[in-house]
Amino acid sequence: MMTAAAFRAFAPFTLLGALTIVVMLLIAVRRDHRLTALSTIIGLSLCCVVLLFSAPASPVPVTPLFIVDGTALFYAGLVLGSALIVAIISYAYLASSGHAAREEYYLLLLTATLGAAVLPESIDFTSFFLGIEVLSISLLGLIAYASPRQGAAEAGTKYLVLSGAASAFLLFGMALIYAEVGTMSFVRIGVEAHTGDPADLYRLVGVAMILTGVGFKLSLVPFHMWTPDVYEGAPAPVTAFVAVVSKIAVFSVILRYFNLAESHADTSLRLGLEAVAILSMLGGNLLALLQNNVKRLLAYSSIAHLGYLLVGFLAADSLGNMAVAYYLAAYAVTTLGAFGIVALLSVPGTGRDADQIENYRGLFRTHPFLAGGLTLMLLSLAGMPPTMGFIGKFYLVAAGVDSRLFWPVVALVVGSVIGLYYYSRVLVAMAMPIEHVPVRRAAAPLFGKAVIAALLVLLVTLGVYPAPAIAVIRVAVGHG
Amino acid sequence: MILLWLLCVPAVGGALAWLAEAAHPNWSRWISIGVLSLDLLLALALISPATSSGHPAWIASFDRPWIPQLGISFELDLDGLSLVLILLTLALSLISVVISWTEITERVGLFHANLLWTTTGVIGVFLALDMFLFFFFWELMLVPMYFLIALWGHENRFYAAIKFFLFTQGSGLIMLVAILALVFIHQHATGHLTFDYLALLGTKMNSMTAFWLMLGFFVAFVVKLPAVPFHTWLPDAHTEAPTAGSVLLAGVLLKTGAYGLLRFVVPLFPDAAHAFAPVAMTLAVIGILYGALLAFGQNDMKRLVAYSSISHMGFILLGVFAWNTLALDGVVVQMLAHGVSTGALFILVGALQERIHTRDMRFMGGLWASLPRLSAFGMFFAIASLGLPGLGNFIGEFLILLGSFHVSVAFTVFAAGGLVAAAAYSLLLVQRAFHGRIEPFPGRTGLFDLTTPHLVVMTVLMLSIVGLGVYPQPVLYQVAPGLSLLQHSGQASTGLRARVAEQP
Repeated sequence: MMTAAAFRAFAPFTLLGALTIVVMLLIAVRRDHRLTALSTIIGLSLCCVVLLFSAPASPVPVTPLFIVDGTALFYAGLVLGSALIVAIISYAYLASSGHAAREEYYLLLLTATLGAAVLPESIDFTSFFLGIEVLSISLLGLIAYASPRQGAAEAGTKYLVLSGAASAFLLFGMALIYAEVGTMSFVRIGVEAHTGDPADLYRLVGVAMILTGVGFKLSLVPFHMWTPDVYEGAPAPVTAFVAVVSKIAVFSVILRYFNLAESHADTSLRLGLEAVAILSMLGGNLLALLQNNVKRLLAYSSIAHLGYLLVGFLAADSLGNMAVAYYLAAYAVTTLGAFGIVALLSVPGTGRDADQIENYRGLFRTHPFLAGGLTLMLLSLAGMPPTMGFIGKFYLVAAGVDSRLFWPVVALVVGSVIGLYYYSRVLVAMAMPIEHVPVRRAAAPLFGKAVIAALLVLLVTLGVYPAPAIAVIRVAVGHG
Repeated sequence: MILLWLLCVPAVGGALAWLAEAAHPNWSRWISIGVLSLDLLLALALISPATSSGHPAWIASFDRPWIPQLGISFELDLDGLSLVLILLTLALSLISVVISWTEITERVGLFHANLLWTTTGVIGVFLALDMFLFFFFWELMLVPMYFLIALWGHENRFYAAIKFFLFTQGSGLIMLVAILALVFIHQHATGHLTFDYLALLGTKMNSMTAFWLMLGFFVAFVVKLPAVPFHTWLPDAHTEAPTAGSVLLAGVLLKTGAYGLLRFVVPLFPDAAHAFAPVAMTLAVIGILYGALLAFGQNDMKRLVAYSSISHMGFILLGVFAWNTLALDGVVVQMLAHGVSTGALFILVGALQERIHTRDMRFMGGLWASLPRLSAFGMFFAIASLGLPGLGNFIGEFLILLGSFHVSVAFTVFAAGGLVAAAAYSLLLVQRAFHGRIEPFPGRTGLFDLTTPHLVVMTVLMLSIVGLGVYPQPVLYQVAPGLSLLQHSGQASTGLRARVAEQP
């Protein structure tokens, strides 16, 4: 039975569902790229606004499947905001391609966002799994979205097979836990864990399989193999979506699962997670060294960043949760900016995006604004001031040191130093003189630049004066 | 409030200089000069009337909450030590603008922006007394410096810039871990989360923890100093950087390492630092001798000066870990004198390269005939660098040796050997470049000597080094209260000190 408060708190997600249907009908009535894109963008902005109004109603449970509280709203806000930015960049990207069917793209984008947006609220395996599946299946369509690009089909197929395997793991893990404790609710699993046998084998295997599935979705080492190919093959805005929206959603739900079901108590699981974190930080950064393709480079770097996030996850206290929240926000702003710039430089009709490092030679001369923007984004990824990435990394190291996670912190430091090397390779390329005319768009559309400018303002303001963001995070997730 | 201005003026000035390029490149240059002069005036206004009776240690301070949730505040404090180093920073930045007038012709606006932002970062490092703020500036100054080397450097600039970046950033992150560990230990002890340096002073911890944390700070500062074995980034970075970059690196950035040792390592971890002193002093002596030896073996004039820096900075490390009034006075004078003399030598090498398009001393010789002014200045600063009495470097090195003699005779004897080696490589530089047979190379005719801006700059530097050598007392008065406060916080139990003193 839904109360008025629950209805109000859940309004942004109801609205998102309605928006999806509206856009679908709109396409059925009239095929118009601009109209579809515009209604998507306006609809998503509306969802973001409604989200702010549902905050006073929280925390409130909505059916046994969801809870709308500060944490949920914070991550849902990140998901919706990121999806909005991806939608704007997508319009800039698709507008220049003469391709006929562009409208369904926005439909898929909205269903993927719907799947992602319900994950932060999930407190039950049912909603957890449904959210992840809606997200993954829509992404499959987006990644392979009909286009003459090389590797799109390959990327799509790879994602289909591996994502399907990951879902199978996830489902099997859930089934094992259900078989053992007889409930799918996170809270009751947590209660059972306290009363039951802590070293129960079924449960342990179940959690391990869930983590395997989630590891695929988050592209943590050793489940990362699909990441670079999919990032390279997908259109740049979709890559941004995969790298940001899906990662935030999945990370938030697994964070909630661990916080509620308190599986942190298990030592072997912790050791396993520490190993995964260290492998991701070192592996992601080391493999990124070998790349000459900016999208692949960012793919490996995102693997490393998810490893950094695990340090905050492992800290598993208030400081750790806040560090994860800030870092995910910083990661979202930075990664959207970086892929956004790649998208703005690409000409979709040419068969591939502007993703070779060679394409970035002399960018400071031809596109000073985009080059300066990319410089700040890369500095943020490397964790240098005055950007959000610096504060985020500081936060994570603080959480790690406070929880005495010695080896993960060492790996974080080593990984950051390695990261600096390959980020600076791109910086150097942008400063080099042009040898031959590279494949890239002559002038990016103005509103695309405006989005990048907004992200840059956010990046630097919250990097120099993070107190407001930290205050929000403290209220939202500090007591999680 | 004036401290905030001190920071904001160059930061905003950098942005202005960048934008002004659109009008005319010279606008960027003039804006930079104006901004730095203004900042220099602000800093000069902070000089307190120095007498032997002393004055309060903290001259000015500024404190606002910054990230209150984490106990981080925007806390700037200035004592004599910071002031003297800030004056050096601003003077050398101003000089860097002047001497880049003809050398930098591409992307002039961005160049000056980076130069001013480096200055901002360095001033911030010298002012910040909140550990997080300090780390913020510590990292911030790297980025524009990296761009200065990577974009305007010489042949091998990308390699050098990345090496510089990786070394300093890696060691910086180790320091971050140490800072956080210190803060959390303090929090567990007092229940109060703060990054305030003055609150963290005297945090109780067991000696093993103190040792590791001290080492975390030590590594970061010693990489920057640099001391053997963390010095390998320096010759590359110095050699490949544009002249202004080398001047700032040698004159200012290296001093941040020395400042960190003085301000943080010993006062925060007095016992651990005293126990560690023999190791640090061994590294110092190795640095002095090894740097001098390598300087002696160089053909590239800029590399020679770079290696001589390692040798000179070894004296600073020695003085810091001797940790008595004489040695610390010497450290301050040595920092200033090294900044001025090495800066001057880099300027001269830069000017020479602009004229004969090489830094290789095998292709030089007899330059005195065609470039009398440049050569004369070259000889003067080479001699200053070898520590001739009456010049600043002599005072610095002499005081350091005098101070360290009280602590350890053996280290002092070996370190003094560095003075002999310095004489050898400095005179070799003069001999190979300016004296001897005139090398008949094409395009070597019609060389023009130093022009007026360079002459003015060199004269100012020469006068300051003579002033520092003849009458260093005003500087010593200025820094005395700050240093005595540091010594007070860094005073370990006397038993430990005595034990350190007895060791060879």
